[in-house]
Amino acid sequence: MSTVVETPPKISAKPAEAPPSNLWRDAARRFSKNKLAVGALAVLVFLILAAIFADVISPAPYDYSNLIEANEFPNSPNHLLGTDSVGRDFLSRLIYGARVSLTVGFSVQFIALLIGLPLGIVAGMFGGWVDFMIMRGVEVLTAIPIWLFALFLISVWRASDSAPGGGLVNVIVAIGLVSWVDICRLTRAQLLTLREKEFVLAAHAIGAKPLHIALRHLLPNALAPLIIAVTLGIPTAIFTEAGLSFLGFGINDPLPSWGKMVADSSSYIRVYWHLGLFPTLLIAVTMLTFSFVGDGLRDALDPQLKT
Amino acid sequence: MARYLIKRIFGLIVVLFLVSILAFLLMHSVPGGPFDEEKSPLPPTAKANILAKYGLDKPLYEQYFLYMGNALRGDFGISFQSPTESVVDLIARTWPVSIQLGLMAIVFAFVIGLTAGIISAIKQNTWIDYVVTFISTLGITVPSFVIAIWLLLVFSIQLGWVPTGGWPSTGGEWNSAILPVITLGLGPSAIVARYTRSSMVEVIRSEYIRTARAKGLSGKVVIMRHALKNALIPLITILAPQIPNLITGTIFVEVIFRVPGLGKFFVSSIYLRDYPMIMATMLLVAFLWSITYLLSDILYTVVDPRIRLS
Repeated sequence: MSTVVETPPKISAKPAEAPPSNLWRDAARRFSKNKLAVGALAVLVFLILAAIFADVISPAPYDYSNLIEANEFPNSPNHLLGTDSVGRDFLSRLIYGARVSLTVGFSVQFIALLIGLPLGIVAGMFGGWVDFMIMRGVEVLTAIPIWLFALFLISVWRASDSAPGGGLVNVIVAIGLVSWVDICRLTRAQLLTLREKEFVLAAHAIGAKPLHIALRHLLPNALAPLIIAVTLGIPTAIFTEAGLSFLGFGINDPLPSWGKMVADSSSYIRVYWHLGLFPTLLIAVTMLTFSFVGDGLRDALDPQLKT
Repeated sequence: MARYLIKRIFGLIVVLFLVSILAFLLMHSVPGGPFDEEKSPLPPTAKANILAKYGLDKPLYEQYFLYMGNALRGDFGISFQSPTESVVDLIARTWPVSIQLGLMAIVFAFVIGLTAGIISAIKQNTWIDYVVTFISTLGITVPSFVIAIWLLLVFSIQLGWVPTGGWPSTGGEWNSAILPVITLGLGPSAIVARYTRSSMVEVIRSEYIRTARAKGLSGKVVIMRHALKNALIPLITILAPQIPNLITGTIFVEVIFRVPGLGKFFVSSIYLRDYPMIMATMLLVAFLWSITYLLSDILYTVVDPRIRLS
């Protein structure tokens, strides 16, 4: 207890390990021992780089269509992975699709943090009727599956013609608006448990203000579970975007989205199998890497919470 | 317990009420309606008549109370996309298909998931265990429409064993049900397998299992009668939330395999802005989810009396 009062906020909430090494160094060591997670992280870095440098590495622009070369199979002379039904280079579209997916994944979690974190802090710190109201809001959103609600939001916006950016912004905002629930609930739960700890009592005793305690003492201790939740939330967002685009409510042409590519393929899938196979493989790989990295982070950051 | 139940049911009503207000406001924030000029060019008087018929000319709050009053009496209005049918009729026609599909998927998930989980717990850290773990990781992380496309590519297109779409009870071939059921059931079965495995592993190590073995009971009896019973408890809370998901959230599977169920219909309602249908489906889903959470909490105390609700 005496060590806790003045230590920097980076100390673990449950100091199970030897004290001299800090939480992050320990976590990095544990993470690097997890071969699956490290491998997944490598794939993830590769995907992110491909998304960032899509303009440089893709052989053609994603919207350049050449009808003479439509529906070519993989390994055709000009196109490594063939072309789609309007003659766009499929590999290029897949690479740009990574950009769309990852943009959605990260931006959605950013919005979710932006909404969920303050609400969670307020609910957890102040309790009372504020907490009651926020938790009712959370319950409403849990009562409806998130993609159903996002679908609904997008259909409403679409009808009111507020769809800039090829539907990308709409998709991000819609999924973001329904994804903050988990982060809010997690933050609140973390604060509620941490609030009872002695170091918070000590902070109170020296006259710290509630907001200061929340930001300076509670939040840093809740950081590890939040990082895990965000990492595991990214694939959910990517999946939701792919699903919405698959149903025709997501990204608009010509911007490529893996989900939309899967949907487009289903009319040609009997003959042009590659149109269905490649985007589905990429979705699967992306989902798997994120969840392996997330699981790895969980094991690394919170060794007591092994499932 | 009774007090707890009343509190929970009250909370459920509040949530449904909020969901209905939210959905209602959002739907009506859309400029333009189902009887706009571009869709059905009508003389102004005829349009006014139609708006009056559906109550769309009244102020918003009045429309809401009118709607909720009718809804509480089981009347959810008339579907805009098929004006000869009421919403209730439409749901009654399409939902059973989704329920059939969902129930088959639940049975599939349970049978396959339990079997796989038990086997991999008994054969811990052998290749069987690894294969089960690998497949269940795929089943949990990979979205259902991706799995649907893979199954379609392999079993309908390459091998030609099953048709690519249709549904038995609505005129399709009997084996058209196989792929949708597997697609839908794979995710939940993976969850069941994973939890069965971890809770079996835990239970097998416990002392009363050692006692049972020491009594000289055969391995099978110990596993089936002693271990499994206790290993099933966590499964209830895991599986229960899957049920409303399976019997309503089947949109992707229904769209890909052309199953004429509620999910496929919901998508067309959104396309056509069929307010009464969207509203009724949202309320139905919200109701099913809330009630399942409540039931699973209650069931939990029944199965494991050590757990108390408060």
